[in-house]
Order: sequence, then structure tokens, then C-alpha cells
Amino acid sequence: MPIYKLKINGQSHSVEADPDTPLLWVLRDHLNMVGTKFGCGIGQCGACTVHVDGSATRSCLLVMSVVENMEITTIEGLSDDASHPVQQAWKEIDVPQCGYCQSGQIMSAAAFLIQNKNPNREEIRDAMSGNICRCASYNRIEKAVEVAADKMS
Amino acid sequence: MKTNLPLSFNRRSFIKTSTLAGGGMLIGFNLFQACKPEVAPPIDISQLNFNDFNAFIKIADNGMVTIFSPNPEIGQGVKTAMPMLIAEELDVSWDKVHVVQGALDTKNFTRQVAGGSQSLRHGWEPLRQTGATARQMLINAAAVIWKVDPKECKTANGVITNSNGDMLGYGEVVKEAAALEVPENITLKEPKDFKIIGQDISNVDIDKIITGKPLYGMDYKEEGMAYASVLRPPAFGKKLIDFDDTAAKAITGVYDIIKFGDKIAVLAKDTWTAMKAKKALKANWEIDSKLESTEDHDRILTDLLNGEAFETLREDGDVKKAFIEADEVIERIYESPFLPHNCMEPMNFFADVTPEKVRLVGPIQTPAGTARRVADLLERAPEDVSVEMTRMGGGFGRRLYGDFALEVAEISKIAQKPVKLVYSREDDMTAGVYRPSIKYKIGVSIKDRKITGYHLKEASVNSNMYGLIPNFFPAGAIENYQVDVASYQSNISTGAWRAPYTNFLSFAEQSFFDELAEILEIDKIQLRLDLLQKVKGTTDDRIEYSPERLENVIKVAVDKSGWGSKNEGVFQGFSAYYCHNTHVAEVADVVLENEIPVVKKITCVVDCGIVVNPLGAKNQIEGGVIDGVGHAMYGNFSFNNGTPQDQNFNSYRLIRINETPIVETHFIESDIAPTGLGEPTLPPAGAAVANAIKAAKGIRVYKQPFIENMNNKAP
Ligand code: FES
Ligand code: FES
Repeated sequence: MPIYKLKINGQSHSVEADPDTPLLWVLRDHLNMVGTKFGCGIGQCGACTVHVDGSATRSCLLVMSVVENMEITTIEGLSDDASHPVQQAWKEIDVPQCGYCQSGQIMSAAAFLIQNKNPNREEIRDAMSGNICRCASYNRIEKAVEVAADKMS
Repeated sequence: MKTNLPLSFNRRSFIKTSTLAGGGMLIGFNLFQACKPEVAPPIDISQLNFNDFNAFIKIADNGMVTIFSPNPEIGQGVKTAMPMLIAEELDVSWDKVHVVQGALDTKNFTRQVAGGSQSLRHGWEPLRQTGATARQMLINAAAVIWKVDPKECKTANGVITNSNGDMLGYGEVVKEAAALEVPENITLKEPKDFKIIGQDISNVDIDKIITGKPLYGMDYKEEGMAYASVLRPPAFGKKLIDFDDTAAKAITGVYDIIKFGDKIAVLAKDTWTAMKAKKALKANWEIDSKLESTEDHDRILTDLLNGEAFETLREDGDVKKAFIEADEVIERIYESPFLPHNCMEPMNFFADVTPEKVRLVGPIQTPAGTARRVADLLERAPEDVSVEMTRMGGGFGRRLYGDFALEVAEISKIAQKPVKLVYSREDDMTAGVYRPSIKYKIGVSIKDRKITGYHLKEASVNSNMYGLIPNFFPAGAIENYQVDVASYQSNISTGAWRAPYTNFLSFAEQSFFDELAEILEIDKIQLRLDLLQKVKGTTDDRIEYSPERLENVIKVAVDKSGWGSKNEGVFQGFSAYYCHNTHVAEVADVVLENEIPVVKKITCVVDCGIVVNPLGAKNQIEGGVIDGVGHAMYGNFSFNNGTPQDQNFNSYRLIRINETPIVETHFIESDIAPTGLGEPTLPPAGAAVANAIKAAKGIRVYKQPFIENMNNKAP
């Protein structure tokens, strides 16, 4: 089995895996970073969102053979101490219900706010529409992204 | 109105204390029954067992309070709200309280189930009693040390003071307190004195959630465990003939392939390998019983509705006679599809079955029942089986059913190793325990422009409405009233889905009242209020809803939503409902964008008694309302020859943030004991939207999902 060198949250890891293994499962099962969640496996729910070279990416569709040398950030690496403005906003607004989708939501929001520093409601709703929250904490997600945008500006 | 709280306990016998070997005091309590005389809490914190106690409170000698509670958390905030009640009466500040989810053994459980929106309601009195009793013991201990009358002592934020100005922290008296008798006749705080109840408290797991710490069943792992993926029959009504696992076995990292019943489990070194190898299995299936399709269900349920094979659940007066004597009879049929739960965290469970014990870990709403079924399945003594609960990535009723725990227990037994079973989304959606398809027929008789009779008929797959539902509004408001049910037995598994039956019944009835008001040319709100008027002062003790409280939420909703005074282009729909002991009214604001109705806002007025944690309560209300809107608009799940037609979110549509209305929540101020919130805001949402669509487009929707049925005419 090939060995892949991955750069995750600023650290190097080498992982032995089949070339078709999605990053999601390498993170969860091989590297014990379980913050990135499995929801659908087909890029539809956003639970597995990580940053690859700064953009929000579905890790369930990103296979080992293509991720080498890419700069990967997961929820575990978004900040050392939950101090990222998006995490802070999520806490302030008390967004989660069951919480399962939330690391994906936070990662999508964090990437979005780098591209759009001052989004309006429609832009927020648009940007976050790839992430399903089955508990429907959507009103709070919307609010928390606004709060995070304020914190970041 | 009855409150139905399960209360009559002797305080002395439901609380027991011990001094912990490592320092501190441990209080064990049983919420719903007396503890056996001989039991005592352990003196070693690692030995907590929940056989005799529902939960434990540890007060450490530094004053920190830890609550060990096995109550499942499925996102309804119980893990936050329940400890709030204890902390309130114990009189400690919330930041000194830490909550730990305890493991669960299986004996003596009462209400150790997250479902039915009841956890808080049942815990309201006993949890506060427990906190208050512990506080009194600490006071008594301080009084002994100070040689003063306990009545002279006060507490605040975990500190006891007396009139001489002495001060002792709780931690300083725990040793003495643990040795004292458990006092009786404790008075609870008046609602006006609450310091924690009624405050906004964040989810207790918030820091772990936002940093991605392991919390859920999916995240659970143990040294040496195998990951399992299971291939199940591709259709309800098919069974396994044989299979070829050559290709699957050839995949590196596959440990074992195990057949059990009509299923095949692949065990592998990680989840991905197990899922991949499952796809490489070649299995042959044969028809075992009938292969059902949605058209069959449609036809059968329609026949049932029009037939005579009903069971009568409630009968007041003489509906038949009222219908015969009527000037006019109005009948409408409402239809709903099957629905999967689609918890965001797919089903999963861990089992380690050894000759000594059976250890189960994972997300489950019914740990005790599941442990019992696993013991039966494996032919083991009940005390061999333990269940540890993880946080759940959603429940909605699906995790009431322990089918996945049974599967993994069987696999672990055969494989003789610890196993973690993981469902793919496709497994989760196709091996469901679905909300069954249901049809309602509502008929009323009109005489001299008055409603004289009301006849509700339900035709459902596998099971019918139960419990108190036939006594919900408008029961009691119409002299001749009858509820009839009939069901058809299917081989498709069905079960509870958030607010069972009422999730659709409310849509049917609250749509019907709107249409009735139109036909009778009465104001829509007034029609409901007039009916409620007739229920006031009822002596029928089956009626649990309060006409006064329902009337009140209706009036407040009219006021807060700006009912009848909206700008041009905003169309409103009204709905009000009582279920799960909570009274709710909702108003939907809909606009047309390219002739398509878009739900912009829902005003939701809730009377759930005292609101323990408004921050958490609002979250659940918003979730319930949007869930109700989403499934009414988009939820659709069909079968073709026993095979579910959707398997994942590419074709199954769940509501997304860009389709979501803003929910504006208003609570009715109250000092009545709290009632549930996980479910009751969902049922009224569908009708509020349907009634607004009628206002916007002139089209009445009788069938869910609305998105596909917005052009249907009255049947
Ligand atoms: S798990 Fe990757 S998008 Fe759903
Ligand atoms: S909080 Fe439960 S899925 Fe989003």
C-alpha cells in the first residue's frame, strides 16, 4: 500500500492507505482526528468540510492520491483554543443542537469569511447552503456568521 | 387540566449519601421510586452504578459540583436543563457545576428514555427536591459545626453563612454532611426566587462541539476493534440466497466476512475498507414475501379510508345521526408519504461480546430496552449486559430502536472481537424505521350553519395513533365527535418519528379548520376560539389540553404576527395545536417569488410552562418549526417493489439554510411546571404554511410534500 505525506494543521503525517481512500476516513480512523464528520459520503451534506489550501472542501470526496502536498486544516487546527472568531461566535450564539454538523458548518463559515469579509444575509445563506443541519439550527448559523464577520473586521 | 406528574415520594428514601474515599460527598438519587433500604452510593467514584440510582451528585471538598447523569442527549438540551434544576435548589453558581454522562446499567430504569419530550417534565419536581435536600444537609452540617439553629443559616453561590457572619463553603462541610440523616419536608424555591432557572445557559458540550472533540458514537474507538459494514437485503420482502465474497476478501485490510441471518457483515481495519469491501460482495437475493410499492400503499390506504374496518378510539354523542340530519357534510382527505429520520450522524454502535460480559457503547434513546433485547438475543443474563451512551447526532425517534445495537452484538459474538458497526448514509436511509404513510379523512356535519359533528378517520401503515391523541383539540368542542383508525400490515419497518402522528394530523386538522371557516364564511381565528369556548369547564378528564392556554397562545400569535395587517405581497397562514403537554400557535408569512411560495417567517408562540433555559428552549423551537416546514415542503420517500427510491441526500431533499424561514419565538410567561419542547412546535408548522399557500395562490394543498402538490385541487 502506498504511503502518503500529508500536511495537516501545520504538521506532517505519513499515512499508509489505498489511493482511493478519502481524506475523511484517513483523518477519522488513521489519525484520530474525529472532529471532521461523516454525513453522506457524496459531497451533499458538508459535515466533512475541511480547508484545503484555504478553501472549504468536502473531505469525503478528496482521495489520497490527490491530497499530497496540499495544506489541510481541520476543525482541530482552526485554532489551538477555540479562539477563532467563528468558534467564538458559535459559542456566543449557542448554535448547536445535536452538534454533529457543526464542525462542518464552522469550517464552511471560516473559509467563506476569508473571501467575503462583509457578507449580507443572502450571501451568508447562499454560502452555507451546502451544509445540512438536520436539527435545523439554521437561524443561529446565519446569526453566528454575522457575528463572526463583525469579530473579524 | 391535569398535570400528571409522577410524584409521591418519601424524600428520606429516594436520596442516599456517602463519603467518597478520595474526599467529598456523593449523593445518589432515584427520581421515581424509593431506593431499596440496603443500597448506598459507592465510596469510589469509579464504581458508580446506575442500577439503584438515576443519577449522582458529587460535591468535592473544593466545592465543585459534578452531576453524573445517564440521561441521553439527542440535541434537545436535556443534559443542560436537568442539571440546572439541581443547581438551582442546591444554590450553587452554574460555573461550579460540571456534568458527566454516566454509563448505564440496565436494572430499575424509569423514564431513561429520550423521547416524547417528557424528560424535563418528569424531572421537574424530583430534581429540584434532590438539590434542595442536598443543600439542607450542607446547612445542617454547618449548623452543627457552628452550634447554631440551621434556620439561622443562609446559602448563596455554594457558600453557607449565618447571622454571626461566619462563612463556610460547601466543600468544607461535605464530610460532616454526608454522615447526617437525609432531612424531610424541604420547601422548594418560589419561581420568583429562581437564579438559574430562566437564565440563558449554553449547551454543556459547546466547547467540545466547536473544537471537534470526540463525543458521538461515530467517534468512539477502542484498541483492537474492527470496523463493520453490513450488506442488507436490497428490498423489504427479500432474503439472502447465497453470496460470493472473493473480491471483498481480496481487499487489503479486510479481516472477516460474516453471515448472520439475511445480512452479511464485512469486518475490516477501518471504516472505508469495510464500506468498500461491502460494495465488492456479490449476493443473490430472492423474494421472501410481498414487494410493496408506494402505489400499493396509496390504493390500500384509500380503500381503508373508504371502508368499514375501523376501530373507534373515541366516540362522543352520535356522529352518524348528526351526519344524517345535517344540511351539509364537508369531507376532505389529507395524505402523507413515508419519511426517513435522517439523523445527521448515521446509525452506529460498538459491542464487545466476551464470555464474561457484553459491553455496548453508542448513541441510543432506549438503553434499558436495548440491553434487554441484546441479552435475549445472545441468551445472556441481563446483568452481563452494560450500555454506555454517547452523545447522539440527532434522534428524531430513530434511536428509540436498537436494531443496530442488536446487529453489532451479534457480529461481535460471532467474530469474537470488539466491533464498531457503521452505517453508510445509504444504509441509514434504506434500513430505516420510517414514519409510516398516513391518510386522514375529516368530515363535519353542518346544521343551521353550526358544526354539529366531527368524524376523523385515520388509515395508516402498520400502526395507528395511540394514547391521548384522540382527546386532543377539537375533542370536547363538538358534541358529536368520533375518531376511527385502521391500519394495513406491511413488511416495511415503521416507527416513531418526531411527534408521532401529530406531525401530520395537525396539518390535516388545522388545514381543515381554515377551509371550514372559508366555507362557513367565519373568521378563521374566531372559528377556533369559538370551538375552544365550548371546552372550557369541561368535566371530561380525558381532555388534557387547556382551552384557556390554547386560546391564549392563539391570541398572542395574532398580536405578535401582525395577523391581518401585513404588507401587500405577504400572505399569512395560521395554525394552533396542543401535543406533548405544550400549547403552540404559529403564523407563517409566505411570499411568492416567480409564483413559487417561499416561507419567509414563522411567528411561534409557545406555552410550555416555566422556561428552564430560554436559550436552549428557543433553539429547539426554531429547530422543530423549521423541521416541520422542511418536511411538509420537501419530505418524500417512496418504495418500488420493496426498494426505497432514495438512498442519499443527492435525491432526498432536506431543507437547507437558504430555504429557511426566520423563526420568531414568544413564550407565554408562566409558573406552571415545564413541559416538553423537542416535539410540539413541529406539528403546527405544516398547516401554517399550507394555509399561507392558500392565501397566496388560492390553492389548497392536501398532500405532502407541498413542493409536488401545490397545484392539486380539492378531491
Ligand atoms: S460527508 Fe462529505 S459532504 Fe457529506
Ligand atoms: S446540530 Fe444536529 S445536525 Fe446540526
